[in-house]
Amino acid sequence: MKRIYVNEKWCLGCHLCEYECAYANSGIADMVRALKGKPIFPRVRVEDAGEVHFAVNCRHCSDPVCVQSCISGALTKGKDGVVRIDRQKCVGCLTCVLVCPYGAVLPSPEGHAAMKCQLCTDNMMGEPNCVKHCPNGAIVYEEREAAQ
Amino acid sequence: MKNYRYVILGCSVAAVAAIEGIRSRDREGAVLVVGEEPCKAYGRPLISYYLLGETDLTRMDYRPDDFYRENGVTLRLGVRAEKIDPERKIVTLADGEQICYEKLLIATGSRPFDPPMQGIESVKERFHFMTKADALALEKALSPEKKVLIVGAGLIGLKCFEGIAARVKSVAIVDLAPRILPSILDDAGAKMVQSALEAHGAAFFLADSVLRFDGGTAYLKSGKEIAFDLLVTAVGVRPNTELIKEAGGEVNRGIAVDECGRTSLPNIFAAGDCAESFDIASGTHKVLALLPNAAFQGRTAGVNMAGGEAKLQNAVAFNSIGFFGTHVMTAGVYEGEMYCEAAERTYKALFTKDGLLKGFILINLPERAGIYLKLLKERIPLGRVDFEALKTAPAWSAFSPEAREANFAREV
Amino acid sequence: MQLYIRPDYEVVRNEARCIACRVCERQCANEVHSFDPETGLMRSDESKCVNCHRCVSFCPTHALKIVKTDDTYRENANWEAQTIHEVYRQANTGGVLLSSMGNPKPYPVFWDKLLINASQVTNPPIDPLREPMETQLYLGKRTVKAEREENGLLKDNLPPQLKLSVPILFSAMSYGSISYNAHESLARAAEALGTYYNTGEGGLHKDFYKYGKHTIVQVASGRFGVHKEYLETAAAIEIKMGQGAKPGIGGHLPGGKISEDVSKTRMIPQGVDAISPAPHHDIYSIEDLKQLVDSLKEATEYKKPVIVKIAAVHNAAAIASGIARSGADVIAIDGFRGGTGAAPTRIRDNVGIPIEMALAQIDTRLREEGIRDNVSLLVGGSVRSSADVVKAIALGADACYIGTAALLALGCHLCRSCHTGKCNWGIATQRPDLVKRLNPDLGYERLVNLVSAWKHEIEEMMGGMGINSLEALRGNRLMLRGIGLTDTELRLLGVRYAGESL
Repeated sequence: MKRIYVNEKWCLGCHLCEYECAYANSGIADMVRALKGKPIFPRVRVEDAGEVHFAVNCRHCSDPVCVQSCISGALTKGKDGVVRIDRQKCVGCLTCVLVCPYGAVLPSPEGHAAMKCQLCTDNMMGEPNCVKHCPNGAIVYEEREAAQ
Repeated sequence: MKNYRYVILGCSVAAVAAIEGIRSRDREGAVLVVGEEPCKAYGRPLISYYLLGETDLTRMDYRPDDFYRENGVTLRLGVRAEKIDPERKIVTLADGEQICYEKLLIATGSRPFDPPMQGIESVKERFHFMTKADALALEKALSPEKKVLIVGAGLIGLKCFEGIAARVKSVAIVDLAPRILPSILDDAGAKMVQSALEAHGAAFFLADSVLRFDGGTAYLKSGKEIAFDLLVTAVGVRPNTELIKEAGGEVNRGIAVDECGRTSLPNIFAAGDCAESFDIASGTHKVLALLPNAAFQGRTAGVNMAGGEAKLQNAVAFNSIGFFGTHVMTAGVYEGEMYCEAAERTYKALFTKDGLLKGFILINLPERAGIYLKLLKERIPLGRVDFEALKTAPAWSAFSPEAREANFAREV
Repeated sequence: MQLYIRPDYEVVRNEARCIACRVCERQCANEVHSFDPETGLMRSDESKCVNCHRCVSFCPTHALKIVKTDDTYRENANWEAQTIHEVYRQANTGGVLLSSMGNPKPYPVFWDKLLINASQVTNPPIDPLREPMETQLYLGKRTVKAEREENGLLKDNLPPQLKLSVPILFSAMSYGSISYNAHESLARAAEALGTYYNTGEGGLHKDFYKYGKHTIVQVASGRFGVHKEYLETAAAIEIKMGQGAKPGIGGHLPGGKISEDVSKTRMIPQGVDAISPAPHHDIYSIEDLKQLVDSLKEATEYKKPVIVKIAAVHNAAAIASGIARSGADVIAIDGFRGGTGAAPTRIRDNVGIPIEMALAQIDTRLREEGIRDNVSLLVGGSVRSSADVVKAIALGADACYIGTAALLALGCHLCRSCHTGKCNWGIATQRPDLVKRLNPDLGYERLVNLVSAWKHEIEEMMGGMGINSLEALRGNRLMLRGIGLTDTELRLLGVRYAGESL
């Protein structure tokens, strides 16, 4: 399946992806209205360590440990391969946050539930908005082989 | 006599995971699930959230309604399995029915353990807090003028407190241990959580125990007396191992299984709270009565039952649990050198030994905690990562570029 | 006393739109933007702004614009602000003024005073979508006597040729002046397009030897990075005699840009200034030039065409005539609007002549002397569009070099600050954090897009003229008419005035 992959070499650490993610998931059509004067809680997070920068979001693992560990059955891996969270079922125990080896499942700011990248299948963007706006091809949405 | 390729005793998380494990290899073989509880699998830890009003009976279902049909599973709910004949590969149910299996999974879970307590029979309203039925029964008894006594300040007792705190007059909690959550927290961490619970009305009686009950009064060892209307006992649990023991299988504290989930009896597997795991943090076999571990074990057993190869080699105790917004994450054992960061609302303790992360406690520091658990579960030598950086904040930048390449630029 | 020079630009931030995401701050190598945690607002220090538009391009809410300041000195048509500033700057520092990219002064652009013909009725236009349109061409010497083998078959005695699928090449830009990623983008684009890029005088990085079949290597007065393998790897060798942006002077790459990789590639010590002398110290005549042409040919077994590149100067036609007799296969002429990574401002802005004039004069001269087919003509120095390419070919060029246009495709915003080494677009810099801003996977694609688009447009214009091959357009000045030109200009360009029939 198509997933978001990180080309660390080309990540500039500009953090645009975080803002584009927060905007995409805000449900507000105007970016200024969606983000101005508010802290953002994007589902993609850029790590900066000196000259090294890279974005981290859900890997949509083939055998997702978060789905196996979920105490409420709120996390599922769909037939399309997308790992989703049903925020109605989620009770916010954050077991998924504790088991995700990527640190890609995040506590949501309002508590009561976890949040994660769903490849923009849960908003109006139609395609991952972070990838669409990455200026340097540092995150891409494509098919790739598993590591050998 | 009915014949099933796969018979699963128990209908909770390990059973569901086993079904998924089986179906990842075998789409056809008939599966029978025999469950003592009269309902389909639900998220057992959700019962406190149910009392809290954060979920409801429908949303508590662990899998969608059509899960069992879609996976070709026959359900026999509300009936207990009484006996296993491993020679003839037959399970006898409480209603006398006998069922023939090719592969059998014991996923019978555990039950509450009540130590002998003098005068307990004089207490009119007594509850456990393990099942949906327990929660519903307790809910019926709740009312704003009632006083509750919880015996046991472990995970179950305290989650019960969180569930009922706002719905009763007062709650007293007694525990033999000198601190709350004794199995997962150290003193400093326990204090922090305790004050959060006290802010919501919990009255703790620690390093104390009930000497005897007399109707609505508990007499403590310390000499204190607690008047109560409802009693919840949450002292501990015991794995349901009898079926295997009686059939001649190896049982220690729980049912002994190998890393594939096999018991000592042929064609019989065990998973979940009734079975032991090899805990990599302590290096010992023990019952890890945790929901995710039940899922891992169930899945592993299921795959092996269906002829596949799966091994559970990284079992470890871990918990993620919140009380009124104070969030606690713990894992492993608290041995070796300790790195500690404590602030007013947050607490971090990392335990390292022999160049490995052995355990950790994180209070109100949930972000990216999974990176710590990865270090622990995968026994990653700390020399291979920038552990100094990881101490302050879990991050992938502390790993090698090759590790990042393998994890972020490839399918995983 | 250092006189304060007021900033030329103002950073205008629309506070109603700014979400304080700080992307501008992270992207500005000049440190113009900063975040004020107390007010939660972004601040800017425009004295550092070079107007490269990196922040404007990246701002996700389009909250930024950079405007020319409306602060003015007392108006004076003779003493413009720019002129005054240059005096202040020199009085402050005592230094030669440095500039980058091409001459920005308002000299006439003759491309814009030439109009292209189209066919009507008697010779119908060609629809390039339906009819074949030949944009392929060869560069090299074409005057050879037909000789036959004993069995009567024709001997292949044609000197080496460069085959191009479009009449466009990427001009010389050295590794050092531009980044590794810019070079990789150019190399990969040249390969994908079936054309060539040019190493410039900085040698060829080992990583790019694999693009050798699409590489023209330069031999300049500094002889940086020139060795046998370098010459052998290339498709052609260019002797750089001069550069349009700075005719008559050498080059100077500051030591700061001589990184480890650049030093290896140039075969000079790390951190030491790379000085290219003004002349080649072994060339003081056409005869000397011939010796270098011959040496390079000898070294590469006569398999590679040799190009001689000169700046367009007053006597370009006579010089070209000499080069055409030196054994060179191609003459490259670089007009005075050509770009540079760094040049003394006075040279860049005041020396040389327009490429249009030089080209017309050289083509005419070579024709008159009957030696036009001895060489191919390559022109550069501000070829800005496919129309410029068509006009250049009609004036007599075989093909065009594009430099500035290629850099624009890579993201360059023509801020003309290459010489500072802090290119925010990752092009004219060696700072690793800035170099990585140009991902060649994207860069090469943009170059391919640009040239492919131009190719389509060239085909459209050729079709309109009823011409179906570049061969038929080359030197076909009847396809051009001048507008707003003086008689002298028309005469030098060899074109008639608009409206004038045959």
